Amino acid sequence: MANNIDAPEVKLKAKDFASDQDVRWCPGCGDYSILAQVQRSFPDIGVKKEDIVWVSGIGCSSRFPYYMNTYGFHSIHGRAAAIATGLKVSRPDLSVWVATGDGDNMSIGGNHFIHACRKNIDFKMLMFNNKIYGLTKGQYSPTSEKGKVTKSTPFGSVDYPFNPISLALGAGATFVARSMDRDPKHMQEMIKKAAEHKGIAFIEIFQNCNIFNDGAFELFTDKETKEDNVVYLVHDQPMVFGKEKNKGIKLDGFNPVVVDLNDGKHSINDLLVHKEDDESPTRSFILSHLTDSDGFPKPVGIFRRILKPTYDEGVQNQLEYITEKKGKGKLVDLLKGKNTWEVN
Amino acid sequence: MAQDNDKNVETVDLSDVTVRFAGDSGDGMQLTGSQFSDTTALVGNDLSTLPDYPAEIRAPAGTLYGVSGFQLHFSSSDVFTPGDSPDVLVAMNPAALKINLKDIKPTATIIVNEDAFDAKNLQTAGWESNPLNDDTLAGYKVIRVPITTLTTNTLAETSLSTKEIVRCKNFFALGMMYWLYSRPLEPSMNWIASKFKNKPDIAEANQKVLKAGYYFGDSTEIFTTRYNVKPAKLPKGTYRSISGNEATALGFAAAAQLADLPLFLGSYPITPASDILHFLSSYKNYNVKTLQAEDEIAGISSAIGAAFGGSLAITTTSGPGMALKTEAMGLAVMTELPLVIVNVQRGGPSTGLPTKTEQADLLQSIYGRNGEAPMAVIAASTPSECFTMAIEASRLALKFMTPVILLTDGYIANGAEPWRVPEISELPKIEVKFRTDPEGYQPFSRDENLARPWVKPGTPGMEHRLGGLEKANITGNVSYDPDNHDNMIRIRAQKVKNMENDIPDLEVIGDQEGELLVLGWGGTFGSITEAMDKCKKNGVKVSQAHLRYLNPLPKNTEAVLRKFKNILIPEINMGQLARIIRSEFLIPVIQFNKMRGLPFKSSDIEEKISEILGGGNGK
Ligand code: SF4
Repeated sequence: MANNIDAPEVKLKAKDFASDQDVRWCPGCGDYSILAQVQRSFPDIGVKKEDIVWVSGIGCSSRFPYYMNTYGFHSIHGRAAAIATGLKVSRPDLSVWVATGDGDNMSIGGNHFIHACRKNIDFKMLMFNNKIYGLTKGQYSPTSEKGKVTKSTPFGSVDYPFNPISLALGAGATFVARSMDRDPKHMQEMIKKAAEHKGIAFIEIFQNCNIFNDGAFELFTDKETKEDNVVYLVHDQPMVFGKEKNKGIKLDGFNPVVVDLNDGKHSINDLLVHKEDDESPTRSFILSHLTDSDGFPKPVGIFRRILKPTYDEGVQNQLEYITEKKGKGKLVDLLKGKNTWEVN
Repeated sequence: MAQDNDKNVETVDLSDVTVRFAGDSGDGMQLTGSQFSDTTALVGNDLSTLPDYPAEIRAPAGTLYGVSGFQLHFSSSDVFTPGDSPDVLVAMNPAALKINLKDIKPTATIIVNEDAFDAKNLQTAGWESNPLNDDTLAGYKVIRVPITTLTTNTLAETSLSTKEIVRCKNFFALGMMYWLYSRPLEPSMNWIASKFKNKPDIAEANQKVLKAGYYFGDSTEIFTTRYNVKPAKLPKGTYRSISGNEATALGFAAAAQLADLPLFLGSYPITPASDILHFLSSYKNYNVKTLQAEDEIAGISSAIGAAFGGSLAITTTSGPGMALKTEAMGLAVMTELPLVIVNVQRGGPSTGLPTKTEQADLLQSIYGRNGEAPMAVIAASTPSECFTMAIEASRLALKFMTPVILLTDGYIANGAEPWRVPEISELPKIEVKFRTDPEGYQPFSRDENLARPWVKPGTPGMEHRLGGLEKANITGNVSYDPDNHDNMIRIRAQKVKNMENDIPDLEVIGDQEGELLVLGWGGTFGSITEAMDKCKKNGVKVSQAHLRYLNPLPKNTEAVLRKFKNILIPEINMGQLARIIRSEFLIPVIQFNKMRGLPFKSSDIEEKISEILGGGNGK
């Protein structure tokens, strides 16, 4: 090995991250794009293949680990975040990634998700949001819009959907972003930024399920409508959107308003300048609810990115601190405890 | 201490005493009991304890359901149980007297805090008249002590509030009991000093009251006799007092060190298992990481994640938590990862009796999962054996790459006894080899035990995927092939079965064949053993065997059972082991079942034995 020491590391390629397993998603499914963007981004994140672990739950999205030539764990419904937590806390040296879906992560696994956010566990999560249960053949999901007609709601669903971005923000996630299956470049950028982030990184990805919920995100992904309906969040930049780049978002107190930059009354200086690292999550939260009223574009990009100590490093630091303070424990002392007596 | 007494006190030697401390759940009875136990252990008696407390943390004062008790049986010879019925009851209030009166010996001594017998307390406890003043307690030796007044007088000069002063009264009772049973004050004096080292005035007050209780015994005319129980003849060695939960925690810490692995515990607080989490959380400098998870499912799931990562991974819980972990256990079976699941059984179903003991999760442990999910199940039979069995559970899980359930129960988990601290050289070796050679590596290839290789993420060239979908044998790829599934079910079952070649035979205590064998498992060991002892003394011929391995059963189990005409299985459930024995071996057995949330009384087992043997006594 010695003579190899100066040899440059061989840079991995996208195909190095592809496993030998046949990919079994439906043709045309948005999942293919997500897999491709991950495989394309991973050579750039600077982590060795063997140090990466993909953990998933159950659902179409959760087949993901089988297709990645890294370590992987396809677990049980909803538990990916909990398994990833144990893995990361016990092995802080690994780069841990979670692939999950809106049913897996917002419904059966909701509790693990919010607590992983709260604890700031240093793993990255891609949540494929197709607003439907695909693998069980088309029931409405916790992100389906109210009134959704599906097999289990033939007269329309009567409950309200979760807003995954708000939920992540509310639970204290330190990196919260959104991307779309039809925007490969953007998704790659989000993946790489998530990889750089120390702490939990949550990316909601709009993913088209062409079998059970085709076109759910067409408004945001179709060339014709996209630019008037999507606003890209760029750190330190004013929030401009529209085909002609002629519209912007302004904050009127706590209320966002859409303004016309060509109406002679508004200029770019009036617009909200996006800050990923705002001390308070309030403005990110407002942005997460932007499309609650008509006429607003869907924000895509990083809503929030802040740094705070992670749970796993906290646990590790405490272990090291106590070990230094008390000395590495000797089993015989532990077994004896504080009070012993001799029988002769 | 207290040499200046001129009272004429005789000291009587006793071989064996059972004491019960009882009071309000806020009266500190658990503390008083455990202090008395620790000191008693230190003077060399063998002992066994039974803490018995309500599920409510601070039930309204003076109520019957708020009574907390701590029973302790100590002796100059071997002790197996906390005692069937107390010789001495310390009752801190009328409710404590009412609840416990039915349990104590007809000739018992009752020490009461007479200050607490006021109209309000008497009424709350449902006494129509004051039992201290009528003939309710005829036949008992009643000692009335104004404990609250004496405590208040002792602390008259201090700056403590009345509430703080009254709270010290349990130490008065403890001091008195130390005098009565000739125990030293120093261990508790030291304990108080270290426990309250940041509250010196409280420490001082408690120490003062403890001494006052002792001197009261010495000077008052109420006590004319003190007792002494000579040290028991225990095997040579260094001893400490240990509860089952602490022994469990120590066992896992030891197992991790023996296997040279980090220990990871994922757990959610639940009575009566939480103490294992508490103990392990304090072992940070032993390379132990504990995660208090958001729920039971996350407790086991995080442990599965850690097992994948190469830790000795465990999760601890009790019945209801066990139910929640079920699906994840199946995942551990399917992915063939080493994992230990501890169930400190309590009364069920549902929330049941959180602070009481039961053995009703045996069938759940062996069978309670979807699909064919074979599970190794072992059980500890005494508090200190929790140590050995925690190591054993870890050893089996690591050797066979499969989850193992360790069953304990509320009684042995909270009960304490003296424990000879083992030498490190006496502990079993646990060998773990992580595979690092990618040459010819297959994730589900198998060794002679059918265990698959354990590969830590981070090992180059061996990237593989695990999952809950059926695996093709050897390659570990997802497979829906019918024959493969049939084969894999058999392999997973055989793997657990193979453990029978790795575990000790079932031992028979007493004659190896005969009229009657009493077969037990888990925490009933003490009661059965004591019953055996009594039978032996009475010339009754009966043998005993105790199962520590429930799945697989020891290889010689059937052969052992067939040597006896009758098999009696006492269980704190409706007959779960009995059902297993019948169905495995088609051997008829006699059940003996009581589900009162308490350990068996040895006398109950003894009676059952007599009943089976008729007048013949097996002779
Ligand atoms: S059902 Fe929908 S989400 Fe699932 S693979 Fe098919 S297209 Fe994709």
